[in-house]
Amino acid sequence: MRRIWAAAIVMSSIAAAPAVSAELPAGASSCTGCHPTSTRVTSPVVRLNGLDQAQIVRALQEFRAGTRTGTVMDRIAKGFTDQEIQAIAAWYAAQK
Amino acid sequence: MKTTRREFLALAAATASAALLPVPAFGQGAAPRVVVVGGGFAGVTCARWIHQADPRIGVTLIEPDTTFTACPFSNGVVAGLRELSAQQFTYDKVAAAGISIARTAATAVDPSARTVTLADGSRRQWDRLVVAAGIDFRWGALPGYDEKAAAIMPHAWKAGEQTLLLRRQLEDMADGGLVVISAPANPFRCPPGPYERASLIAYYLKTKKPRSKLIILDAKDQFSKQRLFQQAWTELYPGLIEWVPLSKGGNVTSVDPATRTLATDFGKHQAAVANVIPPQKAGRIADAAGVADKSGWCPIDPVTFESKLVPGIHVIGDAAIAGAMPKSAFAANAQAKVCGAAVVELLRNGTPSNPKLINTCYSLVAPDYGISVAGVYVPTNGQLADVPGSGGVSPSNAPRPSRAAEAVLADAWFKTITDEVFG
Repeated sequence: MRRIWAAAIVMSSIAAAPAVSAELPAGASSCTGCHPTSTRVTSPVVRLNGLDQAQIVRALQEFRAGTRTGTVMDRIAKGFTDQEIQAIAAWYAAQK
Repeated sequence: MKTTRREFLALAAATASAALLPVPAFGQGAAPRVVVVGGGFAGVTCARWIHQADPRIGVTLIEPDTTFTACPFSNGVVAGLRELSAQQFTYDKVAAAGISIARTAATAVDPSARTVTLADGSRRQWDRLVVAAGIDFRWGALPGYDEKAAAIMPHAWKAGEQTLLLRRQLEDMADGGLVVISAPANPFRCPPGPYERASLIAYYLKTKKPRSKLIILDAKDQFSKQRLFQQAWTELYPGLIEWVPLSKGGNVTSVDPATRTLATDFGKHQAAVANVIPPQKAGRIADAAGVADKSGWCPIDPVTFESKLVPGIHVIGDAAIAGAMPKSAFAANAQAKVCGAAVVELLRNGTPSNPKLINTCYSLVAPDYGISVAGVYVPTNGQLADVPGSGGVSPSNAPRPSRAAEAVLADAWFKTITDEVFG
């Protein structure tokens, strides 16, 4: 989470000039309830930070289409559009 | 400068709706102040999110307890599967992260002066207030059930001593005893919670006291993940759990702690161990702040989580009426981040963009048998609504390894979210 926040701080200092949103893409902030951002946490759930953008997009699209087996992600991915998936994937890919 | 600001606020409050108050703009030198009441999943997440998004914002968290005891997974403590210490977290890392913590209770809120009063009588000024009040019980709503009765018939619906009390009662119960759980009408904290609890108590009984029985007296005719729970009960605990819905006389109308008896319109049940989950409402500071409506819960704007009743005050977590989102820790955490981002944006005189939120909620039916419900939510007609076609519960025909995987994922979720919030 520190890393996400660090990025948020960088974004907010940019935002301080005019009104640029410091927010994550819609939906992105919920992901870290299950996907750990901290390397302190050992979890079978993949850490999204720094993952390849295309890899995240492909996974979400396959979950959504039902061609990839999931436990909850198949149900969650159905709530997101292609555009939202691209934005979320780009954001997490840019995190360290 | 402070005087000037107070005079300005007083004037503005007298002449205009508080919603129209200009925020203390960053550019004008005054650092905005956010006060967050309540140190649970919602409050702590929101406080940290705001502080990290913009450290210039002064964030104070008001929380009287020095240790947080998490409710998710506390049914495992009841059933003897884990210790209460595994549920407990301090605020040390929260303070170290830069959040100012007032270790006291909030007793009153003045929305026009924009102050919150603390138990010692002092006041804190805020530009935005976040109420993450959790729940309180409607003592007296169920005749016979008050705080004194809870020492005999525990609710265990706020984790801590009550959790241990229920566990001890189960441990002390003779084999062949009757356990009764009284489940309330909607809405209440953790919709699948009573049924997860019944499942894990059944696991304990089956293992340690196999002649015992468990009855759930329910004020409802349907419950969360119902089909999955009932299917698992048949498979894992045949004949052990009896669920009595509202239409079959499940609604508990009064209790008698002296005899551990629960009365319904259809009869009486004398329990060896009685777990009464009483009717609930938003935590009492919500009422004091004027953000709770007649239902006892807090209507909010689905984009900013700002109260629909009192401008400048945001409500998140269990206290909020969040439409289709359930009162879960995951939802509280997700709402807190969206609310935090909106608060930062509003303090910059910006316009928060439309959010999308996720909820995922696991229940354990046995230590190696997990089921889940997930949802995706967007603001729709002033409320948070399910995104059509998304979400739902675990498949009813999932093979056992999938249930085992969900039990592992449940455990991983708890570790991840508690690290994000308290680590």
